[in-house]
Amino acid sequence: MAFVLSFTYYNILEPPKWIGWDNYANLFIKDEIFLIAVKNTILFAVITGPLSYIACFLLAWLINELSPKVRAVVTLLFYAPSLSGNAYLIWKIAFSGDSFGYINAFLLKWGFILKPVQWLTDPKYMLAVLMLVQLWLSLGTAFLAFIAGLQSMDRTLIEAGAIDGIKNRWQELWFITLPSMRPQLMFGAVMQITGSFAVADIATQLVGFPSPQYAAHTIVNHLIDYGTLRFEMGYACAIATVLFIIMLGANQLVQKLLKKVGD
Amino acid sequence: MKLAIQLRRQKKVNRSLPADMILIIILAGLGTFMAIPFVYMIGMALKPLDEMFLFPPTILVRNPTLNNFFDLFNIFANSWVPISRYMFNTFFIAFLGTGGHVILASMAAYPLAKLDIKGKKVLFTMVVLSLMFSPIVTSIPNYLTITWLGMLNTYWSVIIPAFASSLGLFLMKQFMEQIPDAIIESAKIDGASEYRIFWNIVMPTVKPAWLTLIIFSFNGLWGGGMSGTFIYSEQLKPMGAAFATILAGGIARTGAMSVAALIMMIVPIGVFIFSQSNVIETMSTSGMKD
Repeated sequence: MAFVLSFTYYNILEPPKWIGWDNYANLFIKDEIFLIAVKNTILFAVITGPLSYIACFLLAWLINELSPKVRAVVTLLFYAPSLSGNAYLIWKIAFSGDSFGYINAFLLKWGFILKPVQWLTDPKYMLAVLMLVQLWLSLGTAFLAFIAGLQSMDRTLIEAGAIDGIKNRWQELWFITLPSMRPQLMFGAVMQITGSFAVADIATQLVGFPSPQYAAHTIVNHLIDYGTLRFEMGYACAIATVLFIIMLGANQLVQKLLKKVGD
Repeated sequence: MKLAIQLRRQKKVNRSLPADMILIIILAGLGTFMAIPFVYMIGMALKPLDEMFLFPPTILVRNPTLNNFFDLFNIFANSWVPISRYMFNTFFIAFLGTGGHVILASMAAYPLAKLDIKGKKVLFTMVVLSLMFSPIVTSIPNYLTITWLGMLNTYWSVIIPAFASSLGLFLMKQFMEQIPDAIIESAKIDGASEYRIFWNIVMPTVKPAWLTLIIFSFNGLWGGGMSGTFIYSEQLKPMGAAFATILAGGIARTGAMSVAALIMMIVPIGVFIFSQSNVIETMSTSGMKD
C-alpha cells in the first residue's frame, strides 16, 4: 500500500493523485536535504550497527559464563538503558554546551579544552555524540536474544571440541559457539539493521528537530517531516520505500557475511 | 580447599583464570557505565525540590526525602479517574497482550520452522520484511483497519495488534530451527500428535526464547503500546498516559514525575528479573544418542 502511494500526490485529505516517478525524481534531484539525510543515516548505520552488534554478542558471551543469579543482575544492568524509557535524556545534561555539563566540566578541569564545547549544537560533534548515545542505548533486543541463544546451545559440542584440539576460548567462540548460534545471529542482525537505520528519536530529543544545519538529520527524521508535519504522504511513502530498499540491501549483505562465520 | 577449586575449574574447558579476571573487570567497568540511568532515576525520585534544580545538576542525592511520593499520591487522590483504574488498564493490556503474543507467535513459528508447508519461505520473508517498514508510513492504514474492525477506543485495539507483532514470530522461528529434527521424528514414531510435540517437546526446549520474548513484549505494552493513537476515553487509558498529564502540569511537578517514572520502571524490572533468572540451560539435544 505504501509502495503504491509513493507514486502519488497524497495529502491525506484529498484522494491520491497518480504522478508516476515524480516523487522519486524530486527526492534524488531536487531535495538536497534528503541526500544529507541519506549520508547521515548510512554513516550512522555503518558505524553503530556493526559496533553494537559485536558488542552485544561479546557481552552476551561473557555474561553467559557467570552463575545464573549473578547473570540475571548483570544482564539487567546492561539492559537498563533500553528498559528505562527516556533515561537517555541524562546525556543531554552530560553533553550540555555550557561549562557545567558533566563532560565539559571534566575536560575543563583537567585542562583538555579551554572553553566549553557545543556538543549538541555544533554540526562537527553532533553526529558523533548521537552515535555514542545510540551505542549505549542499543544493547537491547539482540543482546537478550543472544543470551537466550547461548543458553540453548549444546554443551556437548564444546566438550567434543576440546577433545578434538580446540585450545582456547577464542577458537571455541569462532569454531563452535558462533556456527551453532547462526539463527540467533541472523535475528540479531535484522534487529540491528532495522534499529540503526531507523534512528530518529534520539536525534530529535537530543539535538532538536530539525537539527542545526541538518547535521544529524536522518532518513526517518525526513520521513517524519514530510509525513506528519507537511502531510505529503505520497512523498513520505517514497522516502520510506527508499529506506526499505537500503535496509533490504544491508540485510542481503549481512546474510552473505553470516554464512562465512566459522569457516 | 585447593582441590575443590581445581575441581570446579575443571568443569569448564578452555578457560584460564587470568583471562577470566580481566574480562570480569571489563564487565564491571562497563556495567557501572550502563547503570548510570538507574542511579540517576532513583536519585531524582528522592531529591527535595531545591536539589532537583540545583545547578550544576548532581547524580546522587544529598538529602533524600519521600515528599515526591506523597505529592504523586496527592495528585492522584484528586483525579477524576482513580489511579487504580489506570493501573488495571496497564496490567490488563500488558499481561493479556504478552500472553497472547507469546502463544500465538510460538504456534505460528513452529510450522514455519519445522513442518513442510508450501510457500513457507515466502511467508517467512514477508514477516522479516514487515519488520523493516517504517511504522510512520503504516500508521494510516493501521488506523483504518482498526476502525473497520470496530475496535477503536477499546482495549482490543491495542491488544490484538500486539498479538500479531512480527518480532516474536521471527525470534521463535529462529530458535525452533535449532531443535534437531531427530527429536521430533522420534516423538512422531512414539505416536505423539503435532499438538503434543509442540507443547511437550518444542516449547520446553525453546524456553529461553519465550522467556526473552516475554520481556520484549511486556516492555513494549507496559508503556501503553499504540494506545495513544487508538484509545480516547480517559478511563481506558494506561498509566503512561496518566503520568504524561502530570508532566504537563509544569515544572513544579518534576518531583512527582520522577517518582512516576520510577514506578513505571519497577514492574518491567520485576518481570525482567523473574524471566532472566529462569533462563536456565535447556539441552536441545538431551535424550539423543547417535
